[in-house]
Amino acid sequence: MSDVVASADFGVVQRPLTFWQRLMAQSWLRKTVILLVIVVAWESYARHLNNPLLVLTFSATLVSFKDGMVSGDLLQKVINSVVLLLKGYGLGLALAMIFTAVAMLSRIGNDLLETLTSAFNPLPAIALLPLALIWFGLGDISIIFVVVHSVLWAVALNTHSGFRSVSNTLRMVGRNYGLTGPRFIAKILIPAAFPSIVTGLKIGWAFAWRTLIAAELVFGVSSGKGGLGWYIYESKSMLDIPAVFAGLFAVILIGLIVESLIFRNIEAITVRRWGMQN
Amino acid sequence: MNAPLKPSPLLQVQGVTLQYRTEKHLVTATYRVSFDVYGADRFVLLGPSGCGKSTLLKAIGGYMAPTEGSMRLKGEPIRSPGADRIFVFQEFDQLLPWKTVKQNVVFALESSGKMRGRQADDQAMRYIEKVNLTKFANSYPHTLSGGMKQRVAIARGLAMEPDVLLMDEPFAALDALTRRKMQEELLQLWEDTHFTVLFVTHSIPEAVMIGNRILLLSPHPGQVKGELNSDGSDPTDPASGKTLSERIHATLFADRVEEEVAPHG
Repeated sequence: MSDVVASADFGVVQRPLTFWQRLMAQSWLRKTVILLVIVVAWESYARHLNNPLLVLTFSATLVSFKDGMVSGDLLQKVINSVVLLLKGYGLGLALAMIFTAVAMLSRIGNDLLETLTSAFNPLPAIALLPLALIWFGLGDISIIFVVVHSVLWAVALNTHSGFRSVSNTLRMVGRNYGLTGPRFIAKILIPAAFPSIVTGLKIGWAFAWRTLIAAELVFGVSSGKGGLGWYIYESKSMLDIPAVFAGLFAVILIGLIVESLIFRNIEAITVRRWGMQN
Repeated sequence: MNAPLKPSPLLQVQGVTLQYRTEKHLVTATYRVSFDVYGADRFVLLGPSGCGKSTLLKAIGGYMAPTEGSMRLKGEPIRSPGADRIFVFQEFDQLLPWKTVKQNVVFALESSGKMRGRQADDQAMRYIEKVNLTKFANSYPHTLSGGMKQRVAIARGLAMEPDVLLMDEPFAALDALTRRKMQEELLQLWEDTHFTVLFVTHSIPEAVMIGNRILLLSPHPGQVKGELNSDGSDPTDPASGKTLSERIHATLFADRVEEEVAPHG
């Protein structure tokens, strides 16, 4: 007892961080600062260049974006694209789930998945578009087909490698309590592999989004509506550069929103809460 | 304490040879091992690394089939993993990280179809209380210390009220102080419910403290070297003047010059 230092003698046992320290601990704030710096750099370079046909200023892009949204033209294109994306993404996820489940339940299924992913994952989805056009014609189905292709293999690959890295102990625990087959996958493998699965979902989403925009650029109007990619391409043909920038801005904005609102929150209530990711 | 003279053993292992394949070899882990475990036994499998004690426990758990011999639980041959033999592992990741302490126990009860709903909740809380973790019932495992995680695993195993609890070096990854405390707590729990436990360890002091019966295994491949009773006090044998630990040590390392296993605890 005599060697114990009285608590008053310590410099710090526990004290609240300063306002500034707490502020800087917020990653969203740090990222917002980065975005602001980029915006300022963009704005000043564009003003310096003073050639709106090459580089539009950020402020002019915003105005053009707002006009497009208000007039409904750009908004409609965004909605068309997102609807198509969700269809392709959803279908791709469902197929990836089936593929990985089959791969986990049998060795031949495992070999099948590994062979297919190594064959198709490196194949750019957009390269299938010409073939898809011949098979399915000029319509949504062709675009959904290539989007599904872009999502399926990335998600299946990540999920599968996540399943395979589930610890042997956890597998034995699951079987110990009588879990086999689909119940084992649902109650042990999927939650245990969740960090990899979320990564797969993010990669799949990014692949799907860029494939969709590219597909729309190559062949824009599907059943007379057209999406964001087509909006960009069409505007370029008419030298409506502000609209081109507004279209690109919309693509980036949606990417940021999905990442920071949807995936970040999925991670916060799952893998980070469970201590499986920091 | 001597082995109770019951007519039929709870777990009967007869002439069990276990082999497993690695990339390049077929390894014999144990050779014709036999022993009987009776109800409320604290049966310890003791031996150095490579004596196949963990492999033996896996086989009893139903995770691998013996190449020779038979294993029977209550007279029924062991064929696959089941909730009548619950494992407690050494690794801390045996808890499901996505479930709280209470959910981990409830998960075990519900997945195995033993109990549902309120009944499972009550049973879970009863056993969580037994290991003094009531305050942490709603914590996620990653917020707990190693010793607390092992207590959750023990609570989960005991809540299942299995025929036999299979403990595979459950305290080996803990620091010495915590390990000591956990050993005492395990004995207290046993005083409380008299569950049957099969305990694997390579630590002689732990075996002497935990077990009422100790099976000594020799390495490469594991064979039975002897069986001893223990009352936990490590008594001195009047004939030889040696303590139980010393006799175990002499038996296990009789044919070796060097002593490579340092006593733990």
